Amino acid sequence: MSGPNTSYDPVEVAVLDPQAVDAAVADALAAAAAATTLDELKAARGAHQGDRSPLALANREIGALPPSAKAEAGKRVGQARGRVAQAFAARQGELEAERDERILTEEAIDVTLPPGRRPLGRRHPIELMSRRIADLFVGMGWEIAEGPEIEAEWFNFDALNFDVDHPARQMQDTFYVDPPDGGLVLRTHTSPVQARTLLERGVPVYVAAIGRVFRTDELDATHMPAFHQVEGLAVDEGITMAHLKGTLDRLAAELFGEGITTRLRPSYFPFTEPSAEMDLRCFVCRGEDPDCRTCKGTGWIEWGGCGMVNRNVLTACGVDPDRYTGFAFGMGVDRALMFRTGVSDMRDMIEGDVRFDAQFGMEI
Amino acid sequence: MRVPLDWLREYVAVPPDATGVDVAAALVAVGLEEEGLHGGGVTGPLVVGRVLSLVKEPQKNGKTINWCQVDVGDANGTGEPQGIVCGAHNFVEGDLVPVILPGGVLPTPQGPLEVSARKTYGHVSAGMICSERELGLGDDHDGIIVLSRRFAGDAETLDRCVPGADAIAILGLDRETVEVNVTPDRGYCFSVRGVAREYGHATGALFTDPALALAAAAPAATDDGFPVTLSDDAPIRGRVGCDRYVTRVVRGVDVAAPSPVWLTARLVEAGMRPISLAVDVTNYVMLGLGQPLHAFDLDRLHGAVGVRRARPGETLRTLDDVERTLDPEDLLIVDGRDVPINIAGVMGGESTEIGPTTTNVLIEAAHFDAVSIARSARRHRLPSEASRRFERGVDSALAPAAAQLAVDLLVRFGGGTADAGVTDLGTPATPAPISMPVGFPSRIVGVEYPAERVTGILEQIGCRVRADGDVLTVEPPTWRPDLTTAEDLVEEVARIHGYERIPSVLPTPPGGSGLTHAQRVRRIVGDLLAAQGLSEVWSDPFVGADRLAALGLDVDAETARTVRIANPLSDEEPFMRTSLVATLVEAVRRNVSRGAKDVALFEEGLVTALAGAQQAAPTVDVGLRPADDVLATIRAAVPPQPRHLAMLLAGDRDRAGWWGAGRRAEVADVVELVEAIGQALAVELVVTADAVMPWHPGRCARVSLTDGTTLGHVGELHPKVVAALGLPARTVGGELDLDALTVAADRTVRAATLATFPMAQSDVALVVDRSVPAAAVREALVSGGGELLEAVQLFDVYEGDQVGAGHKSLAYRLTFRSRERTLTTEEVSRLRDGAVAAAGAAHGAVQRA
Repeated sequence: MSGPNTSYDPVEVAVLDPQAVDAAVADALAAAAAATTLDELKAARGAHQGDRSPLALANREIGALPPSAKAEAGKRVGQARGRVAQAFAARQGELEAERDERILTEEAIDVTLPPGRRPLGRRHPIELMSRRIADLFVGMGWEIAEGPEIEAEWFNFDALNFDVDHPARQMQDTFYVDPPDGGLVLRTHTSPVQARTLLERGVPVYVAAIGRVFRTDELDATHMPAFHQVEGLAVDEGITMAHLKGTLDRLAAELFGEGITTRLRPSYFPFTEPSAEMDLRCFVCRGEDPDCRTCKGTGWIEWGGCGMVNRNVLTACGVDPDRYTGFAFGMGVDRALMFRTGVSDMRDMIEGDVRFDAQFGMEI
Repeated sequence: MRVPLDWLREYVAVPPDATGVDVAAALVAVGLEEEGLHGGGVTGPLVVGRVLSLVKEPQKNGKTINWCQVDVGDANGTGEPQGIVCGAHNFVEGDLVPVILPGGVLPTPQGPLEVSARKTYGHVSAGMICSERELGLGDDHDGIIVLSRRFAGDAETLDRCVPGADAIAILGLDRETVEVNVTPDRGYCFSVRGVAREYGHATGALFTDPALALAAAAPAATDDGFPVTLSDDAPIRGRVGCDRYVTRVVRGVDVAAPSPVWLTARLVEAGMRPISLAVDVTNYVMLGLGQPLHAFDLDRLHGAVGVRRARPGETLRTLDDVERTLDPEDLLIVDGRDVPINIAGVMGGESTEIGPTTTNVLIEAAHFDAVSIARSARRHRLPSEASRRFERGVDSALAPAAAQLAVDLLVRFGGGTADAGVTDLGTPATPAPISMPVGFPSRIVGVEYPAERVTGILEQIGCRVRADGDVLTVEPPTWRPDLTTAEDLVEEVARIHGYERIPSVLPTPPGGSGLTHAQRVRRIVGDLLAAQGLSEVWSDPFVGADRLAALGLDVDAETARTVRIANPLSDEEPFMRTSLVATLVEAVRRNVSRGAKDVALFEEGLVTALAGAQQAAPTVDVGLRPADDVLATIRAAVPPQPRHLAMLLAGDRDRAGWWGAGRRAEVADVVELVEAIGQALAVELVVTADAVMPWHPGRCARVSLTDGTTLGHVGELHPKVVAALGLPARTVGGELDLDALTVAADRTVRAATLATFPMAQSDVALVVDRSVPAAAVREALVSGGGELLEAVQLFDVYEGDQVGAGHKSLAYRLTFRSRERTLTTEEVSRLRDGAVAAAGAAHGAVQRA
């Protein structure tokens, strides 16, 4: 670069000529506008903004001007370069936006392709029903008790006031553990949990027990040798049959909807006195079809047995029957599942076909 | 119990327009549940028709039909003969037959069927000529009912059989029978008398006890009655076997005389088969009044009868032609020679059975002990109509009235003459009085029953009530031996007042502590597995020796750990399972057989785990709290039944699809699931190689807690097991003791402060013998890496030329971090070298160049 040249006439420096500068700007703007890709724009930018571009060359000449001319020329060239830079930046933005848009379009996938690498498994519907029931009772301040499936005859029968010679003991279709006089059975109901609970926890007590029970029924559409019950036991001072009805009504409403109609019907169980069966209004005919096959025209479906805990049961479990009263009930969980969801063949519950579980979600 | 409505009307004032449905609805309210309604299914017009002409028309399908013109009187509105097509051939022109005309309704298994005129075989058939089955009268479908044959000898009915007459009444199709379920406490309801009484309670209809008039008519015992001796040298549970024995004698009975039609009709409707006059009469009295009777051929009794217990070795050939060995607990009726002739109250013997030559009949009406009869019936597997009633308790005052009704019927229809001599031995105990505060029912039921209402109801059901201040002394009637406690009386008050009047009130428990830890753990584990793609199965717990053998288990050892069911549903599967896998395999097989290829199942359930010999559990009489030591023995005899978790995965773990190939489930998947469970429960699990059945010996791992407690095993099923059970090849799975895991998980994790200084990582590749488990190498690295070693990640496993035969290379990324400062490169190198040195010392691991 040469030093200041006092004899130099800026007017004669062609590149600083206003027209030349304007022309360079016009060329640059045209080139920016003409670029259709980022690569073209990059090339144009080199040509019009690079070190060898006319405006860069012009800028370089400013230093050689006499001080009097520097300001004007500097301003002219600076403004020109600013306009060019702005135009390229704007075009850069446009082209980048176009490119981004194009990439997004190109990256589109078919989101409807079916998944299925690893389908979700399921809990068993009886588990879901049991859980729903358990949660209801826990919510009411009860606890959930448990007991063994192979049970002592004393817990299954004697403690529950099933006299060894009473017909009711024979009506239970019991699986006996060999040897038959060894005092062990597969529990025929969840009621032995009543006796276990009273002996272990004492009173007052509010517990529900949900579990598997056994009867010697061949498996068919409406019978299972192993099925499930929810047992309820409340023993406290001042417990009445009205509390029993209130509790069962609450359970029925929870499982079958608030509009469900229930009734207590006098019945007999050795471990309760007074005893009752709880019936539900037929889900199919609502009691309006005398030929209904679901309720056999009676308008009612039997759900389970209940009553006030027999004083012999309280005594056998060390509870003072003159001070405490209690109620107990045993309802079919499988039947509840059938009523609630329309399962028509009980075999589906026990055969383990995953398609059965898969019909339901994780809440039932 | 089946109750013919017209019989019921004889004892209680059922409104004339009440139907079977109405009666059943009334009875259910007092505790007699409807089991079914019979009869009344045919609604008119069903009329008598006379076959005027009958043209046989062979059809292309090989059948021959009859084109009949039938005179139905004016029943069709025209008086013209009715044209009807009929396929039966057991009738001829001139026969009287039942005809259902269009508009009539027949009962069918599929529901009511309305008959209409229809075109068939080229004719318009305007109605049907009916068979027994079509009318619901029986099973005979071979031919239609020919009224002239059906009522041969019954002139009265035959006279009513004129064309156009209503055949519903003639055939008894308007007679309805209500079947109710009688609970075991209500023996008296195994009679029309008892059900009528309850109908009266339910509706307020007037009940007239038929036994009252009969008892009044029955003569008192005389000195010259038939000789009877009562003895019992071994009462059962302190209760004497027979506390009342009434005999009546009817001589000159024509045993061949037919039972009257009305009587046999009632028997049939009540579900019993008519047999002969004497038998029909005893059954009729039993059904009507509830007192089982026995009729003996008087002339084969050798002069007397006695009641006593059997002696060891005695035998008796019963009416069902079976020679039975008697038990000393069996109560017997013996003849004048002391030879057994009946098992009392259960079944008669052949020797004194009423036969064609019988002319003189001895009627027995006795009161036998419920327990004695129940045991005999059960012992000899002879549940009979009589034993069913005695077991549930028979009215102890009923015998003379019942005997009188039997005598009346035998005299009237068998032409006999009653002896004046009457035997009536024994004095049955009357039900003991019960003391009850008058407010007790209200306290138990939660309904305010006024005192007079309580007394009124108890009197209504037959009790005698005496009030002494607020305490009632209640004497139950003789037909209610089930009423023994104040609570029994409460039920009577509640049910007669109406269960429907009991309000619905929620109790207010003091508040609980929610689900138990174990219950929460079960939910977590199951939910986790379901989220991981496994579906829950609840399989039946029964297994057989075949299954255990197929699983490669030691059958003797397994069966010693469990119990056998004495009366299994299938003799092939008498054992309770000792593992869940034993029954879960069946579910895998079933899914595969139904077309599933990729199956992932789990089950949470109980198994039996006896440790030692099975103990006997004593029983204790009802109503007694066992002594503590007895209770402890009872509890200890119940076999341990831990809750297990089992998983089985067959086929692909990651399925094939449009995304590419699938990946077969392998042992690593099961280990991963187990690890996930451990993490979910914050329990550290240790996986070590093991070899136990039913798993592949080279692909089996033991899962244990850090204290060494074994939780179970995972692995690939042994190829022999897979083959024996027909399972998909390479099925993998595992089984854990969920209870043990639950105990381990019952703790609160203490939180550590997180280290925030930068971590430093260093990779090492270690060459070890092929047999060295990766877990062991990892353990050595951890012990050698010191406290600053934060994580050890195995990122590559290599076997091949570069490491030499019999070796493998394990590449680990070690992550170090200090809580106090940033580690220097030198420190990290030193720590890494320490870890590698430990692996080298423990397993000969050499760092790969």
